[in-house]
Amino acid sequence: MLYAVELLNITKRFARTVANDKVTLRVQSGSIHALVGENGAGKTTLMETLYGLYQPDEGTIRIHEKEVSIRSPHDSIRHGIGMVHQHFMLVGPMTVLENIILGAETTRYSLLDFKKTTAEISELAGRFSLTVPLSEKVESIGVGVQQRVEILKAIYRKADILVLDEPTAVLTPQEATQLFRILFELKEEGKTIVLITHKLSEVMAVSDHVSVMRKGKIAGEVETSLTTPEQLAEMMVGRRILLRVEKTEKKSGDPVLAVNKLSCIDKRGVNVLNNISLEVSSGEILGIAGVEGNGQSQLIECITGLLKPTSGSITIDGMQIAGLSPKEVFARGLAHVPEDRIKRGLVVEMDVAENLILGLHMQKEFGSRLSMNRKAIAQNAHLLITKYDIRPMNPEALARGLSGGNQQKVILARELSRNAQIIVASQPTRGVDIGGIEFIHRTLVQARDAGKAILMISADLNEILSLSDRIAVMYGGQIVKVFPDNKVKESELGLYMTGSRGNSAQRASDG
Amino acid sequence: MADPVKSRKHWLEHPATQNFLIPILAVILSFGVGAIFILIVGQNPFQVYSVLFSQTLGTSYGVGQLLFKTTPLIFAGLSVAICFKAGLFNIGAEGQLQLGAFMTALVGMYTVGVPAFLEIPLLILAGMVGGGIWGFIPGYLKAKTGAHEVINTIMLNFIAAALVSFFVTNLFNVPATVHTPDIAPTGRIPRFDTIFSSFSGSPVNFSILIAVLAAFAVWYYVDKTRYGYELRVAGLNSKAAEYSGISVSKNIILSMTIGGAIAGLVGTNYVMGYKYYFEEGFSTGTGFMGIAVALLGNNNPFGVILAALLFGMLEYGGLVINTMVPKELVSILQAIVIIFVISSNKIFRKIVVNFLKKRTLRVND
Repeated sequence: MLYAVELLNITKRFARTVANDKVTLRVQSGSIHALVGENGAGKTTLMETLYGLYQPDEGTIRIHEKEVSIRSPHDSIRHGIGMVHQHFMLVGPMTVLENIILGAETTRYSLLDFKKTTAEISELAGRFSLTVPLSEKVESIGVGVQQRVEILKAIYRKADILVLDEPTAVLTPQEATQLFRILFELKEEGKTIVLITHKLSEVMAVSDHVSVMRKGKIAGEVETSLTTPEQLAEMMVGRRILLRVEKTEKKSGDPVLAVNKLSCIDKRGVNVLNNISLEVSSGEILGIAGVEGNGQSQLIECITGLLKPTSGSITIDGMQIAGLSPKEVFARGLAHVPEDRIKRGLVVEMDVAENLILGLHMQKEFGSRLSMNRKAIAQNAHLLITKYDIRPMNPEALARGLSGGNQQKVILARELSRNAQIIVASQPTRGVDIGGIEFIHRTLVQARDAGKAILMISADLNEILSLSDRIAVMYGGQIVKVFPDNKVKESELGLYMTGSRGNSAQRASDG
Repeated sequence: MADPVKSRKHWLEHPATQNFLIPILAVILSFGVGAIFILIVGQNPFQVYSVLFSQTLGTSYGVGQLLFKTTPLIFAGLSVAICFKAGLFNIGAEGQLQLGAFMTALVGMYTVGVPAFLEIPLLILAGMVGGGIWGFIPGYLKAKTGAHEVINTIMLNFIAAALVSFFVTNLFNVPATVHTPDIAPTGRIPRFDTIFSSFSGSPVNFSILIAVLAAFAVWYYVDKTRYGYELRVAGLNSKAAEYSGISVSKNIILSMTIGGAIAGLVGTNYVMGYKYYFEEGFSTGTGFMGIAVALLGNNNPFGVILAALLFGMLEYGGLVINTMVPKELVSILQAIVIIFVISSNKIFRKIVVNFLKKRTLRVND
């Protein structure tokens, strides 16, 4: 058996942490190898070491059975390694063609030879069915297409080992299926693929082998056909994990939050929200599915007071809240877990205790204007850290140093401590590892069982399907479909999310 | 709370140690580089430095002069620091302190006969109002129109300088001079030498206590009050502030106004404690040195006091080594200190990280 990539006894240390501890990973030539593990397990560090972004402190790298020294991405590209990063490395205002050749240009009399290049790339694109519009600007094409550009970019640089870091994080189910088809095609052509992911369903669907990392070490390596998602999850976390959310039938009460004919035109004059109506009752979770950028963020911002709607009403218990400030909306019994925890939900330079009172800091229990009650703040922190198992258990730790899951727990703990009747949670588990997801889901379901009305927005369909009691789908600033339960197929949701279904019906009801 | 992670930390890793250690290392290194310049002008660095230290720290007159120079630097440093805490870069301390000190003198000259217990607070207040207005303007413009405070404070420095220059040459001056008439005698802040004769001859006065009090007040305000909490949130993450119901624009206006008011207190030292009148050109860039003081002091009020002491020493020290080296050398030394402090942060942190890494390796082996 030939190995395309062999990482042997790789150790990489950062200050006090050991990101990779004597990690050995062998990837068979011409196979799809999945690398799974929780956030911070060391997968990305390992792959970035392979790509030359880091130098290992110990260990050797062999490519196609030959020992190599990779000091920079330049070296790794020379050895035929291509990497598609989680956040694409594309230049928005330049065309697809320009992006593909960037740094590997073909010139003729020191001028760019577009003609020859176009022919070459078209040939490559055809061979791997990677259709991309070469003359379009990158910023005007969708993320799925951008990803294809990234793959094509790597192949144009003659990569035969392709590393993809969380490639489906931004894709719709349809786009993901398409990506998998491309991956199979690449494999057929003899390319080797390493897939970093934490979605176990993907691992099962596309990979030949799986390596599981935990805390900087390899926790196991198996042939995909001989394992189950449950087994992989256990290897990742080190204990048995419930992949399914345990949930009883909802016992929903009266509608608490009602949005009626809400529209919003943004600064550029774009109709970002178009005549949205929805209701959330106490004791239920309404999940809003949709591809990002279809108005979900604006809907949340309108409800939570961050954005002024152009028309329409939002009521809590019949009281109008549209146009109120966030402070006033909070005061009327709403809690908000924001979409972007680093940008909005936390002040990462402040410690956990201070973050746990953000937005609640004006409440009497935390002191007066001229003197905050340090003791009460510390007590509050102690209580919430224990209750939500926030690590490290140190109220003075800066929020910046916490893992994504723990940062999210800080926000969730704070927002639930408001004791609000409505919880608006946007992307509650984005970038959170399996253990954390399990905890956050359980917490949300508990809140629902306690009679809270929960409005949840997520780009993760698994999350929508497993948590929601009802599901609404947003597309193009509209609610294009509401399912009365969560018994709907992922593929069907996908059709509504991409606008291939439901739009005409909506238009009919508008008229 | 039991916290194994915390207790295992090496002392070098604590931010407090680093915040303290790094500036000190930077200062020591910059004196080393300064020595090279002294060598270039043909002097013995050890001799120059020993004169510098003995003449400033070795005599009570020297200490007095040092403290006199330190006082305005504390005010200016605090002014810049509190704005930094709110995420704003106040380059306008110079204009704010000009206007504040002028207001102190102006009110002082028209309130002859008011008893000291009223006059002193009144003049202090006048300085704060003058500086505060000059801080409020760029704050308001930033909050309401988004106009950048750096540009506006620079422009307001020019306006302030021209304005007070016009006033003290045309409207409120003692004829044929560029200074105002004396303030009411009851508005004077006593000099140290009225109580401690060893400071005799030095203009150092009790306004330095006001400076220290101001540092405590800034510390309390920023760290202990709800206003301070909101100011820090707004400064560190304006989106999180918006999300949590904290008004960013209110905090911009408030912190700029407070910063201006603190800068305006400079008049307590010069007008109330030294000359008893306002004179054109009394401040030679104190407001700009305030930026360096705030940076060196890591925007911490007590750090500001320490940094102001260092720069106060350099400022007075420049005069005592004047006969040995050109006075430009002290400016060079000050500049080197600033450059080292600003650029040292990353370098030293890296050194610390590497050191700890090696240490971890040893422990593991």
